[in-house]
Amino acid sequence: MKAIVSVFAKDRIGIIADVCVLISSMQVNILDLNQTIMDGFFTMVMLVDTSTTDKPFDEIRSALETEGEKLGLDIRIQREDIFDAMHRV
Amino acid sequence: MLNTFDILQTIDMLDHQHLDIRTVTMGINLMDCAHPDIDECARRIYDKICRLAGDLLPVCQGIETELGIPIVNKRISVTPIAMVAQASDAIDYTPVAVALDRAAKECGVNFIGGFSALVQKGFTLGDARLIESIPRALAETDLVCSSVNVGSTKAGINMDAVSAMGRIVKRTAEATADRGAIGCAKLVVFCNAVEDNPFMAGAFCGPGEPECAINVGVSGPGVVYHALQSAKGKPFDEVAEIIKKTAFRITRMGQLVAQKASGRLGTPFGVVDLSLAPTPAVGDSVARILEEMGLAVCGTHGTTAALAMLNDAVKKGGLMASGRVGGLSGAFIPVSEDEGMIAAARSGVLTLDKLEAMTCVCSVGLDMIAVPVADHRRHHRGRGRHRHGERQDHRRPPHPHREGGRHGGFRRAPGLRSRHAPPPRERGGLHRPGRTHPRAAAQPEELIELIPYKKHKIPEPEAPGSFYSFL
Repeated sequence: MKAIVSVFAKDRIGIIADVCVLISSMQVNILDLNQTIMDGFFTMVMLVDTSTTDKPFDEIRSALETEGEKLGLDIRIQREDIFDAMHRV
Repeated sequence: MLNTFDILQTIDMLDHQHLDIRTVTMGINLMDCAHPDIDECARRIYDKICRLAGDLLPVCQGIETELGIPIVNKRISVTPIAMVAQASDAIDYTPVAVALDRAAKECGVNFIGGFSALVQKGFTLGDARLIESIPRALAETDLVCSSVNVGSTKAGINMDAVSAMGRIVKRTAEATADRGAIGCAKLVVFCNAVEDNPFMAGAFCGPGEPECAINVGVSGPGVVYHALQSAKGKPFDEVAEIIKKTAFRITRMGQLVAQKASGRLGTPFGVVDLSLAPTPAVGDSVARILEEMGLAVCGTHGTTAALAMLNDAVKKGGLMASGRVGGLSGAFIPVSEDEGMIAAARSGVLTLDKLEAMTCVCSVGLDMIAVPVADHRRHHRGRGRHRHGERQDHRRPPHPHREGGRHGGFRRAPGLRSRHAPPPRERGGLHRPGRTHPRAAAQPEELIELIPYKKHKIPEPEAPGSFYSFL
């Protein structure tokens, strides 16, 4: 199942490294990554594949949220479907 | 991969523009629960609802987690109870309402709708009994919503039902006076009721509906408002285009949620009802959309035109987005549930008359309007909150600082009165031909008296075969 991970935070060194460690520790595969700085704010959107992990989706979600909070990052994960539905005819 | 800008736009809608799925409503047919004993009927209803809707809450919560979109309400709508309960001899249908309430609490849903009667063309015995049961049923339950369809474009308006519902609204307000007349917030008087409506309090599962179906109501006044901020000073057609595009996106999301929910529950997908349903939260208001379109204050000249255009564009945008669109509620205009409407009513610009005009271009009628307690014999007793489609009493509420009759002292002096107009009646209320004056209060037997076959006996055929002799 494909999902979109979005990360928002005040820019600092090592955000991508932190997020990638977090995601790989859960056996989730990163397929694509797009990162930019908007008004000094770090903004990253990742396409990931969750079929490589045994963990249920809500567990991944809560783990990303709590671990992200510890690192000072706003991380969320949503299924790709919702973006597909809204922006592709 | 998807465009990053699109993804960020969606996340912004969810985070800052109050985008949500307003409701996932499961429609359940209860026709097969009819039984001559009302308690047995109530038991069957309870069992069937718990069996079919038991998984509704966990499934919706799963979808919320995966898609990251809040589903604000999970609801159940059932077959109009008047149709189910009239198999019994019971006069009071409150036990059925209590069973619905228990079932709703067991399933963990927010509301259950369908304590309803469809009387646009006339009453059946069950309809009359149900209408009489409404005040007590709504006072004794927490989650049950009631609705009565009193008219349709085809059948016209059943004025007897309108008159009866006027009194029922007041009695419901009185029965729940200690709780801010909350009973009236759970009651709808309709014209052209929609059978697959997912929105409360008017949801019921119409007789033409399948055994069980998932209907989804989407909302998003905040999203439209934000989209319109970029359209300041642009021509009308461009404004309409922006609303259409936004409505399309919102409805697509509703379609996705409806498909997922119906797939997981093993229930057919009914409709997506696109609406702009406001909440009291700042930034989630329909009135503010109208003001963003160029009105100084909602309720001023041009409000009706702006609302008509908004509804038209919302419906056109939503139609293409979903396989099955139902209801097409357009914009809701509940006065006490909309931050901008509250402000407009406070400033005195938004009046009952203007709201009445707005209902002409909007499927939602006079909605959630608090009418102050008045010390008159018949009018506006209790603090009635009228929900969708409530149309039976358009008279102006009494002026707070003036004593006077039902016109609050605004009545024209006798000399100024039109020559054709008869002198004002001492007793107010809707006048029906053939009746000298409206009755003081409806009694069950009085309502039942209105049923024609009770009144006029069908003549027995004089001789065998003569009845059909004209053939």
